Amino acid sequence: MAMLEVNDIHTFYGNIHALKGISLTVEENEIVTLIGGNGAGKTTTLRTISGLLSPRHGQVKFEGEDISSTPAHELVYRGITMVPEGRGIFSRLSVSENLDMGAYSREDKSKLQDDYDRVFQLFPRLKERRKQVAGTLSGGEQQMLATARALMASPRLLLMDEPSMGLAPILVENVFETIKQINKDGTTILLVEQNATVALSVADRGYVLQTGEIVLKDNADNLKKDEMVRKAYLGID
Amino acid sequence: MSESNAEKTVKPLDTFRIVQAIIAVLFVIFLSWRLYSVISAGIYGPDTWLRFTISGLIIGSVYSVIAIGYTLVYGILFMINFAHGEIMMLGAFAGYFVLEGLNGLVVDQAAGVSFLDQYQILSVILAFVVGMVMAAIVGYYLEKIAYRPLRGAPRLIPLISAIGASIFLQNAAQLIFGPKRRTYQNPSALTRSVGWRIPISGEEVILTYTGALTFVLSILLLVGLYVLVQRTRFGRAMRAVAEDKQTAALMGINVDSVISTTFVISGALGGAAGVMWGIQNGIIYHYIGFIPGLKAFTAAVLGGIGNIPGAMLGGIFLGIVESLGPAALGIDFQLKDVIAFSILVLVLIFRPSGILSEVLTEEKV
Ligand SMILES: Nc1ncnc2c1ncn2[C@@H]1O[C@H](COP(=O)(O)OP(=O)(O)OP(=O)(O)O)[C@@H](O)[C@H]1O
Ligand SMILES: [Mg+2]
Repeated sequence: MAMLEVNDIHTFYGNIHALKGISLTVEENEIVTLIGGNGAGKTTTLRTISGLLSPRHGQVKFEGEDISSTPAHELVYRGITMVPEGRGIFSRLSVSENLDMGAYSREDKSKLQDDYDRVFQLFPRLKERRKQVAGTLSGGEQQMLATARALMASPRLLLMDEPSMGLAPILVENVFETIKQINKDGTTILLVEQNATVALSVADRGYVLQTGEIVLKDNADNLKKDEMVRKAYLGID
Repeated sequence: MSESNAEKTVKPLDTFRIVQAIIAVLFVIFLSWRLYSVISAGIYGPDTWLRFTISGLIIGSVYSVIAIGYTLVYGILFMINFAHGEIMMLGAFAGYFVLEGLNGLVVDQAAGVSFLDQYQILSVILAFVVGMVMAAIVGYYLEKIAYRPLRGAPRLIPLISAIGASIFLQNAAQLIFGPKRRTYQNPSALTRSVGWRIPISGEEVILTYTGALTFVLSILLLVGLYVLVQRTRFGRAMRAVAEDKQTAALMGINVDSVISTTFVISGALGGAAGVMWGIQNGIIYHYIGFIPGLKAFTAAVLGGIGNIPGAMLGGIFLGIVESLGPAALGIDFQLKDVIAFSILVLVLIFRPSGILSEVLTEEKV
């Protein structure tokens, strides 16, 4: 049984039919990526899985249970956490308060200190800045904070929406190194990206999304070789 | 991009700033002249000024407590809960009935001593607790019934609903309690206009016990609230919800319940203010929430609506200004409300984000 199973979901914004029957699966310990251009519906898919939106038709199943209409704040307790598009840093809170917010759902307070240590080890920069107001962090540091904050919830499934957005290439590489590390430590990841090159370099499998529909799915290596993907998303002819 | 924007807007902003500055300077000159003529005429002795200051601090502290109620809700929902003054009024009534009831409860048959006079501290505590709980319940249902269904609607809509709720609660109170003015039954230790006598330049200024209670309790509530917001897990959740509801939900925060709780806290503060109002001023009826509500709203705007320390300082400031203002300007005391609302208009015109907002955001960032 797949950890996450999305069956033919249709999501609407009012009358706008944003997702027209998306199906995908994520197995435990995988990194799966969802690539596609602007407005393809990547964010909408993640928001539907995370419970911020609910699908009008279709089903989202997590570890076998239907979570289609479970609100986001309850899913966090079940092990699904999302790093939202644009990072969603609480800019008026300090870095450490942001991390505390990430740990809001934690009931096992005993292991909390280990997790602080772990994220500070992953992102030493955050440790130096923990008293600083988060709004004053650089873009790269904010991405680190958003990721660290999500890890504080100790998720089993981590949804990430365009972590490379707005970052310099060198930082993008860093971010993806971290993603690999997080995955190795035992967190399953569903990664949304416009930057298909890096996304496919870390992912096991991928889905290609176009105007609300999945047009292609395969393992990452095959996708990298695919004619259409190369043209449309990797910028190679 | 933001830089080029800034360049473009510098010019018109400058002329506006100059006009503002000129008006401000003229205003200050006018105020100083009035103040000078009042003081040089020696109409009021130091005892009178002290009296005004004390009463300003007391009423100001009540405004602060009410203002926090506006600011908490605004900070989280970006709406002005115009029914907040009515919540305060209902809290005042709840406290009133507690004190009435305890006064009627005779504990010592022989001497005819009531519970109210036998256990004075306990009675006052009970009045506050019941007043706060009742007001909190009203706040909770107010949000559920009048505001929650409108969440996501354009901002004007909940505002209209708030005004409707305010009128509704006022009329409901009139219907239930009748239009008559009722006298708050204070325990004997809190007899109104009795207090410590402070000798000053041959005169005596009375610091009433009710006033001292009001002031001290207000400060305690403000400090308590500040600690709640800044230091507790719930306070952090509240600040997170205020900043970004969706991301807050992604942290596992139940946004609806945080909003409900905010209304409960805001209502409880309103209720406490209502009981203080009753104990301090003595007379309550269905309309008492309206003017203090508007004044506290002014105080909240003055401090930058949504800003908690701002609302505290705004309340105290407004209390002092309206208390000292008529004397300082040498105008009729009836005009103190005019002063308060002139301040509201001036702030809304010249500094809609509040006097404190810039200082505080700069300090925070
Ligand atoms: N709040 C909204 N209201 C109405 N329509 C929306 C809303 N959010 C997204 N849409 C529409 O839904 C479609 C999918 O949007 P979505 O944000 O999921 O795309 P995306 O793949 O994440 O794009 P991007 O790469 O630009 O972030 C788009 O056509 C968009 O215009
Ligand atoms: Mg997107």
